[in-house]
Amino acid sequence: MTPALLAALQAARAAKRPIVRGTRLPDGATILLPDDPAAPPALDAAARAALRADASGTVEIEGENWFLQVFNPPPRLAVIGAVHIAQALAPMAAGLGFGVTVIDPRGAFATKERFPGIEITTAWPDEAMDAFAPDTRSAIVTLTHDPKLDDPALDAALRSPAFYLGALGSRKTHAARLKRLRELGHDEATLARIHGPVGLDIEAVTAPEIALSILAEIVAVRRGATMGQKAAA
Amino acid sequence: MSEIEPVEDILAIAETWRAAGETVALATVTETWGSSPRPAGSQMAITASGRMAGSVSGGCIEGAVAEAARETITSGVPRLLDFGVTHERAWEVGLACGGKVKVFVEALA
Repeated sequence: MTPALLAALQAARAAKRPIVRGTRLPDGATILLPDDPAAPPALDAAARAALRADASGTVEIEGENWFLQVFNPPPRLAVIGAVHIAQALAPMAAGLGFGVTVIDPRGAFATKERFPGIEITTAWPDEAMDAFAPDTRSAIVTLTHDPKLDDPALDAALRSPAFYLGALGSRKTHAARLKRLRELGHDEATLARIHGPVGLDIEAVTAPEIALSILAEIVAVRRGATMGQKAAA
Repeated sequence: MSEIEPVEDILAIAETWRAAGETVALATVTETWGSSPRPAGSQMAITASGRMAGSVSGGCIEGAVAEAARETITSGVPRLLDFGVTHERAWEVGLACGGKVKVFVEALA
C-alpha cells in the first residue's frame, strides 16, 4: 500500500466514515471503498455488505481475489450519571475501543477533572440523547439512580436501535423503573431490552469491579454470547 | 493520568514509524480456518530495523511473518503466506491451536 492511500484511509477513519480497504491478492493493488468509480459494481456491493456485517474477509469478483478489510467507526457508549462508577467505566470503555460520552447536567459531577480525556455533556439527558443519536453500534448505561435523570435517557434509548441498554439499580428499583417507563407507553418486549440490574453477576463490589461487570455484559451482547441474553428482571 | 490511552492502531503506528524514517511492512490476516486466535483483518507492522507492533496469531507465527516482511521490504514484492498444521514448515512455525491462517505481507511504500 502506498503512503498516500494509507493517509486517505486514516483520514476517513479519523472522520468516523465507514471505509473498506480492498486489497487484490496476491499483488496488493489497493482500492478504498465504497464509492470509488473505478471499482467493479460487484466489488463495491461486497464492500457495503462487509461494512454491514462488520466483518473482514476475502471475496472473488470477476475472477480476482479481493481481501476486504472493514474499518467501521468505533462503537459508542453513553453513560448517564457522572458518578463514581462512571469514573471507572468511562476510561475502561475507552480502552476497549468505545467512543464514550458522559452525560450529567449536574456540573459538580461532570467535570474534566473527574473525567480526563472523556467527552462530557451537561445538557439534560433527553437533549443530550438527541445529540448523541444512538445507532445500532451504540450502548447506553444509566447510573444516576435518579428517575429525573435516568428515565428521560432510558425513554430515548428505548426509542433508538441501540444494541445495549443497561440501568443501575436493585431488582426493586428496576421494577419501579419499569412501571414508570410502562406508563410512558413502552411495551413489555421493548422494556425487556433493558439490562437491569446492570452487568454480569460477578459479585462485583468496588466501582471498577462494577464497571468490569457492565463492560463484560456489553461485550457479551455485542458478540452474541449466551450470557449476554440474561432476561430483564 | 491526563489522557485516555487510545486503542492500539497498527496503521497509525506504521505511519508514525515511516514518518520517523523507518522502512515499514504490514502483515494482515486475510483468511482463517478452525480455531485461529486472531480474526481476518488483524494486523502487524514490522520495520527493517526490527520493530514490531500488533499480532496475526497468538504469538505462534509472528517470528516467521516478521522474517517474510523483511524479505518483502528488500524485494518490494508482496507475499501471501499460508500457515497451518499442514504447512511444510509446521514443525517450525505451525499453529499450536491447530487452526490455519493466510497472512498478506506488503511493504508500505
